[in-house]
Amino acid sequence: MSAADLPAPVPASGVPRAAPSPAAAPQTRAEPQRTAPLSVLVGTLQSAQGAILPSIFLGISSGGAGVLVGLGVGFALIVLGTLFAWLSWRRLTYTIGAQDIRVERGIFSRSARSVPYERIQDVSLEQALLPRLFGLVSVKFETGAGGGEDLSLAYLAQSEGERLRQLVREQRNTANGAQSGSTDAATRDDDSRALFAMGPRRLFTFGLFEFSLAVFAVLAGLLQYADNIVDFDLWDRDRIEAFVAANTGFLEALGRSAQIAGALAGLIGVFLIGSLTGMVRVFLREWGFTLERTPRGFRRRRGLLTRTDVVMPIHRVQGIAIGTGLVRYRFGWHRLSFISLAQDNGASSHVVAPFATLEEIAPIARTAGFELPGEDADWRRASGRYLLDGALFDGAMFLIAAVIAGLATHIFAPEWRDVAIGVPIVLAGLSIIAKALAWRFHRHALDAYQVMVRKGVLAPRVQVATRLKLHSVEVAQGPIARLRGYAHLYCGQAGGAFSIPGIPVARAYELRAKIIETIAATDFSQLESQSTPAA
Amino acid sequence: MSEPGTDDPKPMQRQEQAVGVPPRSASASPWGSTGEPAVTASPRFAGPVDDSDALTRLHPNYKLLMRLGALFAGLFILVLGIVADGAMQAAEFAVPFGIVSGIALLLALFIIIRVPNRRYHTRGYQVSSDRLRVVRGYLWRSDTIVPFGRVQHIDVDQGPMERALGIATMTLHTAGSHNASIKLPGLGHELAIAMREEIRSHIKREAL
Repeated sequence: MSAADLPAPVPASGVPRAAPSPAAAPQTRAEPQRTAPLSVLVGTLQSAQGAILPSIFLGISSGGAGVLVGLGVGFALIVLGTLFAWLSWRRLTYTIGAQDIRVERGIFSRSARSVPYERIQDVSLEQALLPRLFGLVSVKFETGAGGGEDLSLAYLAQSEGERLRQLVREQRNTANGAQSGSTDAATRDDDSRALFAMGPRRLFTFGLFEFSLAVFAVLAGLLQYADNIVDFDLWDRDRIEAFVAANTGFLEALGRSAQIAGALAGLIGVFLIGSLTGMVRVFLREWGFTLERTPRGFRRRRGLLTRTDVVMPIHRVQGIAIGTGLVRYRFGWHRLSFISLAQDNGASSHVVAPFATLEEIAPIARTAGFELPGEDADWRRASGRYLLDGALFDGAMFLIAAVIAGLATHIFAPEWRDVAIGVPIVLAGLSIIAKALAWRFHRHALDAYQVMVRKGVLAPRVQVATRLKLHSVEVAQGPIARLRGYAHLYCGQAGGAFSIPGIPVARAYELRAKIIETIAATDFSQLESQSTPAA
Repeated sequence: MSEPGTDDPKPMQRQEQAVGVPPRSASASPWGSTGEPAVTASPRFAGPVDDSDALTRLHPNYKLLMRLGALFAGLFILVLGIVADGAMQAAEFAVPFGIVSGIALLLALFIIIRVPNRRYHTRGYQVSSDRLRVVRGYLWRSDTIVPFGRVQHIDVDQGPMERALGIATMTLHTAGSHNASIKLPGLGHELAIAMREEIRSHIKREAL
């Protein structure tokens, strides 16, 4: 999506000002290269890792000679994996051209992909545990194309990865031409400034709030896996019934208080395991979290076993989102993410401060060119009519359910009729209260150069967008909205959704006029090249 | 770039008769109307910016195209009605023949005659010096503005029917996730081409 309308310049003659680009020219090798040979070894180890579980299960399940069978299967898996890794390595080449990076890959069917430098949004480096032991990185060139269609190279020597990243930046700069004078100074990472970091203490606090029951899902998955390989039907009905029968006697023998104590102990156990899982996950993911402001953008490094190193150019940041959780909000902890077209491991926005106070978040946001909504922000709510219509609709839904349930029970089970009618009516009341609360806390505001939305009753979320970086504005009205005089405002944001529902029509048009006024003043191509958004 | 009005004036002056289709909100819009003439011969790229201004109407052939689509829908409903009527006679329901077919006929006539008119009259666009405004929707109205500075690329498409009728659909693509492409159907083909050139020239001019 970058600089979409500029024709690709021809470096040989097309960029007169940046005459002999000092860094790019000698490094540009036009012949195809292979990735690091050690990648094959990593492939071997990875297949060994994958072969362990099936071998063990086979070894256990098939009795006497089972150990041999298990070993044989394991060995065969490793050999196959290695062969495959070697073939893929042999058949993958990349070319660092003058204008693009080309990758050709494929064992049987070949594919060649070329990405011009101007289209590369960021270069991120990722090190999983095994490659890290050998000093290898996987390099990913983000193009913002979405759908996993990015160019990636696994694995390169760490120094080669760093060199590629540097090279792409320099190529981008010479392609842009604008900053050619300051190319050398601006692309070095030397004068980077730390913005945010999390030490072990902060991670521990973070872990306390990250309760997770994922471990049970993993266990269930393992059981399923064992179930498929081992000749032991875990869900065999007779076996389960026998087990239950054997143990209910034991349970009944215990006193009532002992039963309650047992149940409590179980709950506490689940809670402990959940907390521990959360803690471990936080430490694995966020260990050594640092966010820096480098001349080329924000650089985030994190991870204990798998280390990732992501650079996001500052002008790619389209908006920011501040989220929090039900409990952590009471203690003042928030999460800051940057919204952009680039993807962060499948997530659509980059988390730049996973667990921070608002005082810590504000300077980061300011560096990206955003102001958090201040005390004096002119917050407006949606139209009261929008609330009334929504509440009536929700209530009506539950009342219809009540009528149907009432009729059905009246015919088939009269003794349940009061319950069947009462429950939906109570739910109707609750939904109306929830609607009203949500309406009360859903607000929007406009300041000199931003649009802000805040919503959520117990855990508020705040979204801030620069008006300049929106792409279109739509005012939409359904038949009811037209009858009742309110409208929904939808803003086109790259990589995110930004909408304000149910505001009075006059306010919707006022907002649109102000936003469009800001947008129309600046062309998209200027957005791309400028490093800080104009106020 | 060429001013579309001077390039080929015949099709446009014939087609685009701007009409006062003030959106329901016009009275509520705080910046009011500047009293522009209600009839404009062609979209004015140099015009002043007023987003509540009169809309330019689409090519009359676009109404014809919508009517053709409605004709198919209407005939389908009519056939369904007649078949249902026949089936009910065969099953000896106590409904006189013609009731269901009659309702289907009325519905079909409504769809063929009334709906394309309403849709045509609620659609329109407005071009000013730096933006395009597209208004559409009969029951669900939508009013979208795209600044030229945010247009990524422009398509002009013609289906077989559109080609026969000499109209085209212009699509503006933006980088936003919402409204990634904004369609403006029912432009005269020459006009669509001229508008595309004009918008493209604006993008270029502002980028340099």
